[in-house]
Amino acid sequence: MRTIGLKEIEDIALGASLLGAGGGGDPYIGKLMAMSAIKEYGPVSLISVDEIPDDELIVPMAMMGAPTVLAEKAANGREAKALYDLVSKYFGKKVYAFMPMEAGGFNSMFPIVCAATLGLPLVDVDGMGRAFPELQMVTFSIGGVSATPMALTDEKGNAVIFETISNKWTEELARAVTMSCGGSVAVALYPMNGKTVKKYGVRDIVTRSEQLGKAIRTVKKSTDKSPEETFLSFTGGYRLFKGKISDVVRETRGAFNFGTVLLDGIADCKGKEAKVEFQNENLSAIVDGEYVATVPDLICLVDTETFLPVTTDALKYGKRVLVVGLPCFPLWRCAEGLELVGPRYFGCDTDYIPLEERFEEVK
Amino acid sequence: MQYRLGIDVGGTNTDAVLIDENLNVVAEIKQPTSEDVYTGILCALRSILQVSKIDRSLVTKAMLGTTQCTNAIVERKHLAKIGILRIGAPAAEAIPPMIDWAEALQTVAVDTAIIGGGYEYDGKEIAPLDQEAAKAFFLSLKGRVQAVAISCVFASVRNDHELEAARICRKVMGEDIHISISSEIGSMGLVERENATILNAALHQVAKTFTDGFAESLQQEGLVNAELYLSQNDGTLMTMEQARRYPILTIACGPTNSIRGADYLCSIQESVVIDVGGTTTDIGVIQNGFPRESGVAVTIGGVRTNFRMPDVISIGLGGGSIVQKQSDGSVTVGPESVGYQITQKALVFGGDTITATDLAVASGLANLGDPAKVAHLDADFVQKGLEAIKMMVEDNLDAIKISSDPMDVVLVGGGSLIIPKTLLGAKSVQTPPHHGTANAIGSAISKVSGTYEKLISFDKTSREEALQAAKQEAIALAVKSGALEETVQIIDVEDVPLAYYPGNTSRVKIKAAGELA
Repeated sequence: MRTIGLKEIEDIALGASLLGAGGGGDPYIGKLMAMSAIKEYGPVSLISVDEIPDDELIVPMAMMGAPTVLAEKAANGREAKALYDLVSKYFGKKVYAFMPMEAGGFNSMFPIVCAATLGLPLVDVDGMGRAFPELQMVTFSIGGVSATPMALTDEKGNAVIFETISNKWTEELARAVTMSCGGSVAVALYPMNGKTVKKYGVRDIVTRSEQLGKAIRTVKKSTDKSPEETFLSFTGGYRLFKGKISDVVRETRGAFNFGTVLLDGIADCKGKEAKVEFQNENLSAIVDGEYVATVPDLICLVDTETFLPVTTDALKYGKRVLVVGLPCFPLWRCAEGLELVGPRYFGCDTDYIPLEERFEEVK
Repeated sequence: MQYRLGIDVGGTNTDAVLIDENLNVVAEIKQPTSEDVYTGILCALRSILQVSKIDRSLVTKAMLGTTQCTNAIVERKHLAKIGILRIGAPAAEAIPPMIDWAEALQTVAVDTAIIGGGYEYDGKEIAPLDQEAAKAFFLSLKGRVQAVAISCVFASVRNDHELEAARICRKVMGEDIHISISSEIGSMGLVERENATILNAALHQVAKTFTDGFAESLQQEGLVNAELYLSQNDGTLMTMEQARRYPILTIACGPTNSIRGADYLCSIQESVVIDVGGTTTDIGVIQNGFPRESGVAVTIGGVRTNFRMPDVISIGLGGGSIVQKQSDGSVTVGPESVGYQITQKALVFGGDTITATDLAVASGLANLGDPAKVAHLDADFVQKGLEAIKMMVEDNLDAIKISSDPMDVVLVGGGSLIIPKTLLGAKSVQTPPHHGTANAIGSAISKVSGTYEKLISFDKTSREEALQAAKQEAIALAVKSGALEETVQIIDVEDVPLAYYPGNTSRVKIKAAGELA
């Protein structure tokens, strides 16, 4: 066990936006909420997966809805308590600890807010090890865990608990209620016991976010290596491409932002072209017509000077980026995992080949 | 003949220009900005009147662009004590106002309160405005603050609660209290909009000082017939009274004035303007005669805000940038600069520091000072330095464009002689006459605007008719502020539908701008 205070939050937010792999959006509002909660209630205890008893109730916490609404209404601060009460009452058992669902953007911060407010521990684990666009895209789905019973509350104090027949229904019903509540709500979903979390969860993800954030923040301080080498060795990343954005094609379908970003090579990649396709998060990277990486591995674009992650909503002509691949959580590479989040699910016409193998081939 | 006077107070130089009725430049001067800005304005005024020898009583308009507000925030000086009211509970309580501000800047707030009220995204009330709580808060502030900042959840959709709270505030605290409301200042995003509103309220004392100072200096120099205006950052003017109410809108008027001035001097519809000063270069884009607006949050003195700002990239490159040979053989230019001391420190002026200007003279790009004093510079060193400058400018030219299509480039500012005349990504590169005082010219030729904002039901009148009527109102307001009716054009239309508000209602905001009469 260790504690998370104000300083750690900055690094966690920064690292999580790298792990967002282009998605997750701007963590700014989430960071402010976490800062307020820690200033008011004190630091949060972060516990490792091994510290939770097998039969205790662990609940992932998240917010759902439109980012623009969230940027206006933020939240009340009592949502965590409302969800805690609702879930504890439903199971007839107190919630033992909270955890994040995903790394990236606002939802990497909200569980910290919840843990601080209620004085509960935060488990160093999540269900993605990155960000993904859909509700069922969590490692717990591989283990047959259902998103429901899912508790939902708004800032006004309205609260609902859903029991649904499929994750598709959960998504549909939750979306309808979210709109009625004014466009942004807090949810507790995929409630699990400690044993399931241990079996399927992506371990040490909060710590990894923090380390990545710190690495980005201090990348220029290394004296024996170039900032780029330092960045790659710290993150364990594969350097896929370096280029200038020459075009961004976007399309909004349903609740998702689809698109393609085209890159002209610079430095040692001069003369080459690359293409990164995205659906909220980056899905595939193609260099000179050849796939070099696909989901579920992480494809991250970072600024060539600052090494700050560039999210898909901030892609812009002329920006110079380094395209970096990070291997995904190994469980995603099993057949059930690839069915949920493999390249074919997202419409990419290729089988999944792990990043490390593709990289060796290209070399 | 009547004249307009334009003054721009920058970090390094204070520029002044006189422009006649036909908008021709009659005189221009440039001098170092003084520590005390009031003295700087007075000196610039005396100097230009001396150079031009015009009859002072014929100056009918005087415009000032100033960085005073930015300086006040960055240096945390002269900020007023204020109270902060946020309307929106039970929403938004999780983030108190100013949570991520530097402590020294947080001290502007004497007290803050979050009270019931606010709106959903569609204009529906989250809760009714808690009038009693508002009254109690204002009573507690009475006698302790000079200004109040009021913000409200989704005020950019509907601002009734903000207006009602402002009425209560005036009733409780008297008519003299300065009130800033967020719907008049920022856009979507509560925290950023509230931040901008707080800064605006805290700046009201600074605004009073510089508007009074400007008026006094003109009076003292006998420019008794001049109407006074302040430049704001969208390229239009504010009256003295408006400047006192919305001082934050003067922030970044410098780059805006340069862009507007460049547009006037070259009249190219869409172009990139590169304004090179002594220490920094600002790169922006002209769109339909106005600077392109920034779409992202802008940080001022460490505070994240979202009020409209020109989309400008600033880089540490200027005429006074220091040139250095690095250990690996490469040559770097800037960001350190000799700044306003260039006339003493640069080689061509007899100094001992190699500056970007010296490279330009050594290569024959410019003819300035004593070229013999740079003759000894190694040709390879000069070439590498100029290439570094070219690369910096080309990279950022590329970054400000929205596609790879080449664009026309206009160079302005005293340091622009260091920029090569061919640039990758540029269709043409031109340096117009009077380019050195483009910012003061931009200030002098600014337009005046009027903004009309109202909730309109499209049930009673068709959308087209209603928008047309609203546009007429905006034009009338611009004319009332002093615009020539036949020159007024609509420059911005916002139409936000309020889904749950009765009667198919939209919040319509229209801005019109025209030439000063």
